[in-house]
Amino acid sequence: MIQVNGLTKDYGARRALHSITFDAKQGEIVGFLGPNGAGKTTTMRILTGYMPPTDGTVTVAGYDVVEESMEVRRRVGYLPETVPLYTDMTALEYLKFMADLRHIPDSEDRAYETLESVNLKERANSYIGTFSKGMRQRVGLAQALIHRPEVLILDEPTIGLDPNQVVEIREVIREIGKDRTVLFSTHILSEAQQICDRVLIINKGKIVAEDTPENLQSRLVGSQRVVLRVRGDADGLDTTIKKVKGTRSISVTQDETVEFEFSSGQDVRPQVAKAVIQAGYELIEMRPVGMSLEEIFLELTQDTSAGKKS
Amino acid sequence: MRNIWTIAKKEYDHYFITPIAYIVAFVILMILGFLFTIVIRSATESALYGYGSAPNITVINWWFAFLLMFGTPALTMRLLADETKTGTIELLLTAPIRDYELVVGKWLGSFMFILTIIFISLLYPIVLNRFVTPGIDWQLALSSYLGVVLVAASFLALGVGISAVFSNQVAAFFVSLITCLGLFFLIGIPANLMPSGGGFFNYMVMRTHFDNAFNAGSVDLSNIIYFLSLIALGLFTGTVAIEARRWN
Repeated sequence: MIQVNGLTKDYGARRALHSITFDAKQGEIVGFLGPNGAGKTTTMRILTGYMPPTDGTVTVAGYDVVEESMEVRRRVGYLPETVPLYTDMTALEYLKFMADLRHIPDSEDRAYETLESVNLKERANSYIGTFSKGMRQRVGLAQALIHRPEVLILDEPTIGLDPNQVVEIREVIREIGKDRTVLFSTHILSEAQQICDRVLIINKGKIVAEDTPENLQSRLVGSQRVVLRVRGDADGLDTTIKKVKGTRSISVTQDETVEFEFSSGQDVRPQVAKAVIQAGYELIEMRPVGMSLEEIFLELTQDTSAGKKS
Repeated sequence: MRNIWTIAKKEYDHYFITPIAYIVAFVILMILGFLFTIVIRSATESALYGYGSAPNITVINWWFAFLLMFGTPALTMRLLADETKTGTIELLLTAPIRDYELVVGKWLGSFMFILTIIFISLLYPIVLNRFVTPGIDWQLALSSYLGVVLVAASFLALGVGISAVFSNQVAAFFVSLITCLGLFFLIGIPANLMPSGGGFFNYMVMRTHFDNAFNAGSVDLSNIIYFLSLIALGLFTGTVAIEARRWN
């Protein structure tokens, strides 16, 4: 559905995208993960026909984005990062306008239907200017869905929403992704893990990793870090843990907590627990410390430099 | 064609919910109303003393064209500059419509709004026709109104083109205003200074086309081509500016 080959984009002298290549199949939800300024929005703008690429070929739904831009635009639904809304129109007027631009027959009926699908039917005749952030996001999403596109491209659809709204939007994306291709960008790792079939990590205009969320996690997280807490004093706890084979970089973080690491291939947590209890400590907590996106990026860049050396 | 109409209709409807459009319509019609009263009064007074000629609508329409210079930039400043500022331009540039359709649609919407004002002002020749015997020169009135329509259409086209260049409404307003003023009056200055009359500048100044042709009832093809070229120039500028926006 989406095929990107050697895509390069220059803004003047600055190269925003360095020959990136990826694809997305029908019915696949692909997460586009990366920090701000990594090139996510640029890629999406090229895919939607907003701007032409400097080099490389991009086909969406079987059409070339440069040569057959109109065909691509007819088949793509796009929600830009700054939700493009006319605040002095009502939700219904706005969607009817978008439907008319896309030559949908009975545009008003379709506008109603689409508003219903994003749970905004009862606010159809309210001005968009009076809407909350979450409602605006949903109107924007409705606009992207109104022509039932084959490919849906969403730029940071959950940014700035409250947790309930985030869950709602994710639900909608998952539902749409059952039979259509969805490409959405985010800088929240857990979000990508929850709804994506596949994750692309982009950094400084390059794709640095591409895999299923599960594989990516195990690949990225070469070692697992664990926090262990006991009741009372943790004197000597670090030496106890050190004795268990496979543990490393042990550090006492507070009076009663100790952190340690082990390779993700060999889970030593049961052995550690046993050793700690046998040594007479009262074990009350043992939890993995998640890796933040920054740490993963750090890991990724270190991985590539290490890979070059070997 | 359909896309142009969809955009034009949206912009036309939008004017009826914005104060600025009402202000433009109100000010133009109010000043024209005052002038109309003055014209009628002075004509009746002159007639009492047995001199002067029957007033024609051309006096009013000269001021109409003059007021359009200030009114049209206020109507066009928003059209594309605001889309760029709020980011809605991204919506239109990724919708299956061509760049020129967007620009022409915007222009057509504003043109339809001005036509509405012009339509209301048709009241004046109709009233005037009842006051004078044997009635006003309808052929002259028609040519004069065609002139007003073409002046409005070219000002609006240039305004839309300029609005596409800027992302700031105020900047778009002033540049459009200066362009309109320059075309209507200022280019005439070098023409007057030159001993030979400055043929090129004379052709470029809008006032000569309006005063000496449309408002004098003697229109030829070159006058019409002048205005059509301005419209084409404005819309072309707008399309190029939108296309350029895609590249950076």
